[in-house]
Amino acid sequence: MKRRVVVTGMGAVTPLGNSVKDTWEGICGGRSGVAGITKFDTTGFDTKIAAELKNFDPLIFVNKKELRRYDDFIIYSLASAEMAMVDSGLRIEGSWADRVGVIIGSAIGGLATIENQKEILMKAGPGRVSPFTIPAALANLSAGQVSIRFSAKGPINCTVTACASGTNAIGDAMRIIQQGYADVMIAGGVDAAITPLSVSCFNAMRALSIRNDEPQRASRPFDRDRDGFVMGEGCGIVVMEELSFARNRGARIYAEIAGYGMTSDAFHMAAPPPGHEGAARCMLAALSDGDMVPGDIDYINAHGTSTPLNDQYEIEAIRTVFGESAKSVCISSTKSMTGHLLGGAGGVEAILTVKTIEEGVLPATVNLENPDVGTDLDLIPLQARQKSIETAMSNTFGFGGVNAVLVFKGYRD
Amino acid sequence: MTLEERIIDIIVEQLEVTREECVPEAAFIDDLGADSLDLVELIMEMEENFGMQIADDELEKIRTIQDVIDFLRSKGVS
Repeated sequence: MKRRVVVTGMGAVTPLGNSVKDTWEGICGGRSGVAGITKFDTTGFDTKIAAELKNFDPLIFVNKKELRRYDDFIIYSLASAEMAMVDSGLRIEGSWADRVGVIIGSAIGGLATIENQKEILMKAGPGRVSPFTIPAALANLSAGQVSIRFSAKGPINCTVTACASGTNAIGDAMRIIQQGYADVMIAGGVDAAITPLSVSCFNAMRALSIRNDEPQRASRPFDRDRDGFVMGEGCGIVVMEELSFARNRGARIYAEIAGYGMTSDAFHMAAPPPGHEGAARCMLAALSDGDMVPGDIDYINAHGTSTPLNDQYEIEAIRTVFGESAKSVCISSTKSMTGHLLGGAGGVEAILTVKTIEEGVLPATVNLENPDVGTDLDLIPLQARQKSIETAMSNTFGFGGVNAVLVFKGYRD
Repeated sequence: MTLEERIIDIIVEQLEVTREECVPEAAFIDDLGADSLDLVELIMEMEENFGMQIADDELEKIRTIQDVIDFLRSKGVS
């Protein structure tokens, strides 16, 4: 009998709000977090829009010295972890601190720091680069700083699996608890990569939307006029506990993490294979891990990036897995509102999937005006819908042929 | 502004400490909570502000705020 794993705390900073509560209100209202890029001068860039955080005050979570030294992706992680820990009510004590671990995934790490320091190196020479560059840039330093902040002394790791990073973090954390290596895991995903280099490089791949004159309509998963993803930034972190540990301390339980799947396409560095058989196998693996069958799933929080290929092939993969019952499962892409948070996507979307179960509101796929894929499926176009559900799946797929899927269900004894 | 005041300004900003803590005999690591990376960054800031280089073997002798004041004076900074 596997040890059961439940979610007891959630924290997030997203383009829709600087908390889970504000983000969820944005989701229910069908708001878009996309706007013109403010982080750098976009003159000469094909893409001039992104989904940035808004009015985020880092000094609530770090002091001035930390602010100067930490990359934003670390600060977003500290902020989200702080809110998740407060939400869980858990206070880590020294005698069992080694039973608490941290896994926070990031696709990109501290790229902004690397870009800034490279500029200093070129302009002022090697004697002027900051001694804090490496510990600000390494992708695992978000998990490192969170473990220091909360004295979590158990397992620690960082999943660097592109846009599946956050999902892999939560899934791997679930396995660590199931297998008895920890009782509590703080896990999620983050990225803060709206930088000149990353935007220009994704542009070079022709991966980003260039709908610069209509930012709020730019992220349009499954719509025939989609033209690429909209880069977002942010973080989503959950506190996960072994069920009896959570019950013994009287924790509020949001949902159970029922299943986790991960597969590789072994096909291409960036493109999914036709029909995305890797994604289909991944959904089946997650279902099987949770002793479930496709008919058990009520809602899918799709990867739904708003790129031409992903959206087409993800729908085909869902058809492969669900067959005729694909028509009765509700599917939406919250990236239509948040943009694509890269490594942060899996963390934030896990939280939104849990909220969907908790609140009985299915998020919409906003901007889905003219679907050209899945026209016979329920892609929850334009408006959120009230419907109470029991089980939901969160899909994420990444460059390198990485697929990761989590299945959540409402908690019952 | 005196040399002492300029130095203390930099220390307060870099190490997030109060002016009251910045007495001349205060040691960076033992009294002001700095670690070795903090010291490297602090010295870089001093170099930038006073337009000079501090070699690593000279750096090893710097333990307190007074050490910095004495060192800069010895280099003709006032």
